[in-house]
Amino acid sequence: MEDLQLMDAIERYLRNEMPQEEKAHFEQLRKSNPEIDQLVVEHTMFLQQMDQFGEWKNLKSTLQDVHHQLTESGEITETAPKATVVSIFRKYKKVMGVAASIAGITTLLIAGGVSWYTRQASNAELQQLRREFKIEVANKKNEVLDEVISKISKAPVDAEPISGGTGFLIDGKGYLVTNAHVIKGGSTFIVQNNKGQEFRAQTAYVNYNSDVAILKISDDDFKVHSVLPYSFRKGGSDLGEPLFTLGFPREEIVYNEGYMSAKTGYNGDTLTCQIGVPANPGNSGGPVFNRNGEVIGIINTRLKQAEGVVFALTAKNIIRTLETIKKEDSTFRNLKLPSNTQIKGMDRVQQIKKIEDCVFMVKSY
Amino acid sequence: MKTDPREIALLEGLAKNDRQAIETIYKQHYNMVQALILNNNGSVDDARDIFQEAMIVLYEKAKSDSFELNCLLKTYLYSVCRRLWLKRLQQQQKFVSDVNGLEELVPVEEELDALGQRNIAYQMMEKAMMNLGEPCRSLIDAFYLQKKSMTEIAGNFGYTNADNAKNQKYKCLMRLKKLFFSAYKNNNNL
Repeated sequence: MEDLQLMDAIERYLRNEMPQEEKAHFEQLRKSNPEIDQLVVEHTMFLQQMDQFGEWKNLKSTLQDVHHQLTESGEITETAPKATVVSIFRKYKKVMGVAASIAGITTLLIAGGVSWYTRQASNAELQQLRREFKIEVANKKNEVLDEVISKISKAPVDAEPISGGTGFLIDGKGYLVTNAHVIKGGSTFIVQNNKGQEFRAQTAYVNYNSDVAILKISDDDFKVHSVLPYSFRKGGSDLGEPLFTLGFPREEIVYNEGYMSAKTGYNGDTLTCQIGVPANPGNSGGPVFNRNGEVIGIINTRLKQAEGVVFALTAKNIIRTLETIKKEDSTFRNLKLPSNTQIKGMDRVQQIKKIEDCVFMVKSY
Repeated sequence: MKTDPREIALLEGLAKNDRQAIETIYKQHYNMVQALILNNNGSVDDARDIFQEAMIVLYEKAKSDSFELNCLLKTYLYSVCRRLWLKRLQQQQKFVSDVNGLEELVPVEEELDALGQRNIAYQMMEKAMMNLGEPCRSLIDAFYLQKKSMTEIAGNFGYTNADNAKNQKYKCLMRLKKLFFSAYKNNNNL
């Protein structure tokens, strides 16, 4: 009962209903007893909350009442909401238009920038390894003049080759793969094997973006290889894996060896890889083999400012390109990549002897 | 800018919860607010909620001693409603760059912060009252909100005398306070 009386006292005190004498006594009690003081403070706060609650409750009910009454009497009209999606679209039509065009322009700018930069980069820093036929060819021609004359050259009469590179068979029926930049600008193509035999070839497929070209030897005296000695490596290659290359930086076939340097090419290009093999103009389009005689790439560029930084299109990339064109072009349907390497475990000299018949110098007139 | 005397009268009426004044303000400004909300992805119900909340802000302002509007009532209500609606849209996580409208605006942040605080307290009290149950709720309501005397309450609720009613009210009050303060503490701890 004491609590009840205390609470009653607090309420009367807060409402100022206490007689003067009692109030003085209560204030004295409050000062001397912190518990009671605490209770007074707490209850003051609570009563404030109650008062406010009451006020808002009343106000809210008045507002609801007024709203209801005014709607009934028609003095405020509740307009039915419009279809929201349509109205949003209408409202933002312009904004969306502007956004779309900005996105479009940005895309074009970026695409343009990237392709411009890529071209710049390849011009400035990368050297494509096709060979310009100049003095060496002339000298070589003089050296082997009798021999050359004794053979009937298949090259166009009175024409000098524009450029040259290397190519190698991907199908024994006479399909060669090389770099697109090797045959760029040419109209007639002659491929020549290490014995100096020349064969006419035609472009079967060119893609300058991926720098892959396929030539088809169209000469009757080309002897079909029933089985190619090498195959294509389908998986990736490991860093440090020993590699060797064959190519025609000169009129002679040239052997070189090195290692896998990096799994990506220039600027992180994943379609190419970096190899540590000496390469010179003329090596472009040449095959890169691992020690088992599997093609792991095609040499295409080297870094100008650095020694021994050569990039090769990965075999994976080439296989993918071939799969795509096989699907798209029915003339390639019979094209079959060599599946197994025949030269695994062989002595390198033996391997080269097997391979060299399948690697050709590509001359573009 | 000096506040229009007619508007001062309206606000004084509002502070006293005067129905006439509230009706006048409602008639003058509700349609403007409704247009604002409807044009910005809101519904008619949203418009009513926002307008009534703005009226509460106005009510609190009208009641305060330092009351000064310093702009047209229309501008003030518009600013409050616009801000409230932006907040509501953000809570609903709807993308909103800005609420459309070219009206003049006045800063209302302080009032809205105070409103937010009081809204929480109001909701806690409402919930505590809901959980209190009958007859306590009616008893508390009659005494604290309708400010009826204990004798009157005793008559209405059928208690034999005012002391019995007082006894009952005391028990109810203790329960209510317990409910309210536990919610209050929890809220402060958050």
